[in-house]
Amino acid sequence: MSDIKKIKDDYIDKLNTENNIEKVNNIKSELFGKNGIISNEFKKLGSITVEERKKLASDLNNIKDELQNKISIKIQEIETKEINLKLEKEKIDVTLPERNIEIGKIHPVSQVIDEISSIFSEIGFSVEEGPDVENEYNNFTALNTPDNHPARDMHDTFYLDNNKELLLRTHTSPVQVRTMLKGKPPFKIIAPGRTYRSDSDQTHAPMFHQVEGLHIDKNINMGHLKGCLNYFIKEFFEVDKIKMRFRPSHFPFTEPSAEVDIGYEIKNGKIVIGEGNKWLEILGCGMVHPNVLKNVKVNPSKYQGYAFGIGIDRLGMLKYGINDLRAFFETDYRWLSHFGFDPLDVPSNYRGLSR
Amino acid sequence: MKFTVDWLKNHLDTKFNNNQIIDKLTNIGLEVESFESSTSELDTFIVAKITNAKTHPNADRLKLCDVDIGGDKTIEVVCGAPNAKNGLLTVYAPPGSIIPKNQMKLSVSKIRGVTSYGMLCSESELQLSNESDGIMELKHNKYANKIGEKYFKNTSEKVIDLSITPNRPDCLGVRGIARDLSAAGAGKLKINKKSNLKYRGNQNINVTIKKEKAQGCTIFGSCLIKGVTNKESPKWLKDKIKSLGQKPISAIVDITNYVMFDLNRPLHAYDADKIDNEIIVRSSSKGESFEALDNKKYILENDMCVISDRSGVLGLGGIIGGTRSGTEYSTKNILLESAYFLPRSIRKTSKQLNIDTDAKFRFERGIDPLSIEEGLIKASELIKQICGGEISNLDVKKIENYKKTIINFDPFLFEKTTGFNIENKELIKILEKLGFNVSKNKKILKLVVPSWRPDITQSIDIVEEIVRIKGYEHINTSEPVKTRLKPTLNYYQKLFHFLQRSVASKGYLETVTWSFTDSKINQLFKENDQEIPIVNPISSDLNVLRNSIFPNLIFYLKKNLDRGFKDISLFEIGPAFKGKNPGDQLTVIGAVKAGKVSRLSWNDKERNVDTFDVKKDVIQSLCEAGIYKDDIVIDDKTPSYYHPGKSGGVYQNKNEKNALAYFGEIHPNIIKKLDIKTESLVIFEICLDYIKESKQKIKDLKSEYKFSDFQKSDRDFAFIINKNFKSQELVNIIKSVDNKLIKSVRVFDVFEGENIPEGKKSIAVNVTIQSEEKTLNENDLDNINKLIISSVESKSGAKIRS
Repeated sequence: MSDIKKIKDDYIDKLNTENNIEKVNNIKSELFGKNGIISNEFKKLGSITVEERKKLASDLNNIKDELQNKISIKIQEIETKEINLKLEKEKIDVTLPERNIEIGKIHPVSQVIDEISSIFSEIGFSVEEGPDVENEYNNFTALNTPDNHPARDMHDTFYLDNNKELLLRTHTSPVQVRTMLKGKPPFKIIAPGRTYRSDSDQTHAPMFHQVEGLHIDKNINMGHLKGCLNYFIKEFFEVDKIKMRFRPSHFPFTEPSAEVDIGYEIKNGKIVIGEGNKWLEILGCGMVHPNVLKNVKVNPSKYQGYAFGIGIDRLGMLKYGINDLRAFFETDYRWLSHFGFDPLDVPSNYRGLSR
Repeated sequence: MKFTVDWLKNHLDTKFNNNQIIDKLTNIGLEVESFESSTSELDTFIVAKITNAKTHPNADRLKLCDVDIGGDKTIEVVCGAPNAKNGLLTVYAPPGSIIPKNQMKLSVSKIRGVTSYGMLCSESELQLSNESDGIMELKHNKYANKIGEKYFKNTSEKVIDLSITPNRPDCLGVRGIARDLSAAGAGKLKINKKSNLKYRGNQNINVTIKKEKAQGCTIFGSCLIKGVTNKESPKWLKDKIKSLGQKPISAIVDITNYVMFDLNRPLHAYDADKIDNEIIVRSSSKGESFEALDNKKYILENDMCVISDRSGVLGLGGIIGGTRSGTEYSTKNILLESAYFLPRSIRKTSKQLNIDTDAKFRFERGIDPLSIEEGLIKASELIKQICGGEISNLDVKKIENYKKTIINFDPFLFEKTTGFNIENKELIKILEKLGFNVSKNKKILKLVVPSWRPDITQSIDIVEEIVRIKGYEHINTSEPVKTRLKPTLNYYQKLFHFLQRSVASKGYLETVTWSFTDSKINQLFKENDQEIPIVNPISSDLNVLRNSIFPNLIFYLKKNLDRGFKDISLFEIGPAFKGKNPGDQLTVIGAVKAGKVSRLSWNDKERNVDTFDVKKDVIQSLCEAGIYKDDIVIDDKTPSYYHPGKSGGVYQNKNEKNALAYFGEIHPNIIKKLDIKTESLVIFEICLDYIKESKQKIKDLKSEYKFSDFQKSDRDFAFIINKNFKSQELVNIIKSVDNKLIKSVRVFDVFEGENIPEGKKSIAVNVTIQSEEKTLNENDLDNINKLIISSVESKSGAKIRS
């Protein structure tokens, strides 16, 4: 018995100083292999008395457990050391730049159109579109602006033929005409899109964007118009309060007509919407003129409602602090990167209009 | 429309202060553009400081001064004054200023080889004294902190500038504005004094309005004023004319202008002695001409309304008079005209001849046809008062009588339109103050529209009048109703938004460019489309509608490359025009990608962008938008602006006629022609209109979920095949061997050259084989392998590489 104990102590000592995994494995087979020292001791158990066997077996088992335990701890110890060493060697400089990120952006006009559509969608409007090239009738005559009307002078029109029959639409209002001609009331639509006037300076571009709104039903009055625009402006500028002023104006296709101003002030050189004593004109609107309804085969004694037209680029400039309208259309890489929006930043009601 | 508050008070008794008047005007729809002192020629002279005076390099007696003109701006002025020295405060006149002493207009000029921007002034030049030895020296304690400010105080009365909408000709005169204000409770409209003018003799120049089809004049009123002394206008009148932003000319002309702005009643004064016998109002004949008061000679078309005498045209009625019969200081006898011209005729003529005058602007919008006499009387009174003379009886010729507009108005329409109620009493009061004649018939009001309101023709116009005067602030705000009539977006609108963001997410910056472009660049991309010229383009390099989305994109790409950017990805989504009729347009995405991938990367090898970069972007975007990748077929026929060997068309499936997308390298000729400097330029385009809408929604499209757990096997094959044979076909041949067992085929190597015969290439593919019913044994796999090899060899002429 003491032999075994001695063997055990020797091996424990050996294992304590051993650092090589192969050698530890050799010790393991020396002890527990087919003809290993401990294995052989177990074989001897068959040739001794029951009394002795009981005692010896118990001692042997204890020694076996102790040694095995020691071996597995040792193996783990060595392996951990080796792995740590390997990891230490593999260390890299993670502050080196990542592979090139190619960042795409959405143009502010597109973003603002999506914001506008999201807001109006929430109050039941659907989106309609019309062609950029229009005929004279849809752009003017149907909208109660006959040829001899001085209001035509306010639209510097691009023409595609000498008879002035075909033109680039000067506003999105012809979409009203198209929508009403092809459908039956009620109508509740917005129509965003490109519009054109032959005008070019710091604040005017020959192409710009408008969104048209139209709501026609049996009892839609100016109160609804006010409510709708009030809701829109508040949502769009993401402010709790908005100072808004309706002021009489004139458009041939609406009667009564109004222009809408919003209050603003300049704070630290930046424009702040919603407060202040200054007024900024942002849109035109009114009750659709009975002559227009007649032109599109809607009975004005049964149906009435409002229409509005908003300059999209202008709204974007105000909301996002962009000063120069012309820059919208000049495709300067720096400008697009600066003012563009992340493609995943889709304006929606449930996760907020903008981040 | 400009006027002073003072002038307004000639017509309005009011206790309102200026700001209240301004607010009221805006509230009733007469938008105030500005309220400020009228500009004066002296406004440009400003206080300035010489910061550095040095000797002129080419002239000893001249000095070169750096002058601080405020706003952090310093300019250089050449000055001959001996007293010009550092730190001197003086008066500076920028280019464009008119020097009071000699009325010279300054311009930027070179003095002895050095450019001088404006000048420093002496007292004599500003007519302040005769002191001309040197420039003004301003006191430091008074002017040191006024650098950049006006030197002369502008003492003129503040002028209100209104932007009058085209429906309100009546407010193109001060009296009309006063009337509107009085209706809105801002005061009381003064009653015009009855004239006690004495008339002597008859207007003995015969006037005829010819009865012609195109006659543009219906009433012609006139009187003769004999024995006048024309002269400079008195100060009060000059001030009025100046407040309008106009130059006083002579008393007679100033008076006719004054009455026009006062009553919105244009008049014209002829030198009666220059009229040949009689006045004939008639339509012109093509080729007639006359010299107008703007010193231009006009050659007329047929059917323009002219005022003529026996010698020919005197002037264009209601638009502009002629020099032949113009009044001068020497004029003794005047014929004064007050007429009514038809808006349609005025508009047509002025458009044809491109003339814009104050009279034209008013007649075009509609002048009160019942104001003929009032205008003649008011002007005659003033002429008599200022220039003396005797006035003849008024002569009014007419070919048409004025017809009153009568509207039967149901007050309920007001509430129905505006959403709020107003007492009948108040409503009637507003209308009466605006000049309506109101009588009641049960619930209906019978309204006679005043003659100065041609814009009012039906009941809805009455609603506007009442709500405008009552105030828009009385309209309630109704909460929006959220009911929806139909979905917000249709399939193509959704596709638009989805693809837009899908392409952007691949690293492309979205841009928006003009719908028009330069025909020279358009030419390179228009293929067989008709060019669509704009009749009146904004500039000659934006003269056609774009047939393709690329001309502008490429143009701006080049601009950015020229700015020094090298790796650029841009795209636009918008219209491409295929014809000049409404609707002849397609919605297209165009994208351009230039430069390199992994430029200056520390770990990846850099390379030029290539066709397969854009192919990936276009296919991935289409897949994200819901097109099945397995259905997509690629073709190598592309528009001529693509590199013919390095571009492809994408079809939604093999039966489709129109390619829904193209991708590839741009044609080298275009790079050369447009002088684009980049390492590589690839492009793609997607035509949204050619994408077919799926009839089913995604909830119906999702098929049953099936998968196989049996073992997969991968086999590699390499074929030697004709160089032009398309890999897509090879893949299809392999797939068709057994659609069930062959799960995927991937091309993993393409190789030409060494060991490969001329005109051939080697293609290596990896084929994944898996059964859904059992684990395939070696025998099964061998059979499939053999079948693949034999099919490929027989269908494509390829040989398996051994």
